[in-house]
Amino acid sequence: MNRLNIELPGLNLKNPIMPASGCFGFGREYSQFYDLSKLGAIMIKAATVEPRFGNPTPRVAETSAGMLNAIGLQNPGLEKVVSEELPWLAQYDVPIIANIAGSVEDDYIAVAKEISKAANVRALELNISCPNVKKGGITFGTVPEVAKQLTKKVKEVSEVPVYVKLSPNVTNIVEMAKAVEAGGADGITMINTLIGMRLNLKTGKPILANLTGGLSGPAVKPVAIRMIYEVSQAVSLPIIGMGGVQSAEDVIEFFYAGASAVAVGTANFVDPFVCPNIINELPSALEQLGFEHISECTGRSWKKDGQPAYHRA
Amino acid sequence: MIKKELSKIISQKEIAADVYELIMEADLVSEINAPGQFVHIRVSNGFDPLLRRPISICSFDKKAKQFTMIYRKDGRGTSLMSDMEPGMYLDVLGPLGNGFPVDEVNAGETALLVGGGIGVPPLYELSNQLIEKGVNVIHILGFQTKSAVFYEKEFTENGMTFITTDDGSYGRKGFVTDVIKELSFDCLYTCGPTPMLRAIEKGNPDKKLFLSLEERMGCGIGACYACVCHSSDASGSSYKKVCSDGPVFRAGEVII
Repeated sequence: MNRLNIELPGLNLKNPIMPASGCFGFGREYSQFYDLSKLGAIMIKAATVEPRFGNPTPRVAETSAGMLNAIGLQNPGLEKVVSEELPWLAQYDVPIIANIAGSVEDDYIAVAKEISKAANVRALELNISCPNVKKGGITFGTVPEVAKQLTKKVKEVSEVPVYVKLSPNVTNIVEMAKAVEAGGADGITMINTLIGMRLNLKTGKPILANLTGGLSGPAVKPVAIRMIYEVSQAVSLPIIGMGGVQSAEDVIEFFYAGASAVAVGTANFVDPFVCPNIINELPSALEQLGFEHISECTGRSWKKDGQPAYHRA
Repeated sequence: MIKKELSKIISQKEIAADVYELIMEADLVSEINAPGQFVHIRVSNGFDPLLRRPISICSFDKKAKQFTMIYRKDGRGTSLMSDMEPGMYLDVLGPLGNGFPVDEVNAGETALLVGGGIGVPPLYELSNQLIEKGVNVIHILGFQTKSAVFYEKEFTENGMTFITTDDGSYGRKGFVTDVIKELSFDCLYTCGPTPMLRAIEKGNPDKKLFLSLEERMGCGIGACYACVCHSSDASGSSYKKVCSDGPVFRAGEVII
């Protein structure tokens, strides 16, 4: 019995587990450890029009049950992603969700147009929430009307469904979710990292060269659960949830909150086998809880009997 | 091939102030292909500390399936590790990275190995392998102070060994670079703090030189882009990852 297959806009997932963007590169490193075809999907590292070096180092700092990162969207640029990384990934039977980023609207449009033509790219993840880049990103991710307009523009040129990645660094995330829904988004991915900071005990100065960074790991999980709980009741879009997922039990909790699939981020750095391990453990975890299929878990925290998997409450 | 394995602690002892020598037994020893590679260690099964600790391999014995690490207790993770006892297990990912190229010097030639502080350990296996090849080996090991000095005897058994301390409390007072100037050699291998590497690279522009870099790491396998440095080809966006392209680079390959 397949308890794990999930259908989402553009995505026919054999299971709902995928590595989160920025935590898996373009898959090459992890292909040393297991067959990438085991994954439900892969969210590849953000692509921008031009290659980007990113921020100076140090780029990571550890925190209690988490880490701060300030990579700064380092990537080889659209052309190389399309000509080298995506064709390499095509050897695997796994849908690709391409994360796209930029500084201005035209950047996003240019990347969306090109990258969505690739045969194995089945959806885009619109990155309007990277906390580590000085230009762009931030207004797209914090001003509802701007997010709506950008979603609309990207939708116009994209050949595949568009998921919008929401930032938790806002006063009202429900408003942001409603805005991107109004802009025509096909789905939502959430949450990106929370902006944080760590100081060096000896010097008194920030550890990260970028001063601030995005907090990820188990520490952010309760924030992600709360936000998915709120957003999933307010919009009619499927949610791919992320934020501190480490285990099959965490995945089920995200589904309860309202997610329809789950991405695993920081945990890949701790254990390169975490994704296939979760996929292996999910069926028995579901069975123990009395579920025949994982989709029965979506929205269980707020759903009344008979309500569809994702629907406005 | 990189392996992830629960490795058994064979022994652990403090060999200098807050510096520990840890001997591990692991199948992944069979995969080590060069001195200067490292392992990535998960100290706790819980979430604090969350990430792994990159620690260089000091020496290894393929027959006994053992490898030695030397690390400094300098934070929560390494403190927890220093409390562990023989018979306990550590989650080890490795071997990782590219080590020192032993084939860059020939028998009869002279190699100079220069280490600074906790950058000294990986030079020990390198020294062993060069000796095995018939290379003359000279070591310069720099430490902050007398209580921080370790492995003087081990290195001395392999070849001439100079010890320097910043405060002059042991060996020669001053920096490793002062000693380098007095010696002639065919190839220089070094590992230590970045300012030291920078000074060595600047002071030896015409020499065959290999440097092992240190940087804060996330994944240790090249996926997270935390430990990048600029490569020297000046395009501005080109880079090398210290964990998977390094940690050892030929002088001039990256900007340090």
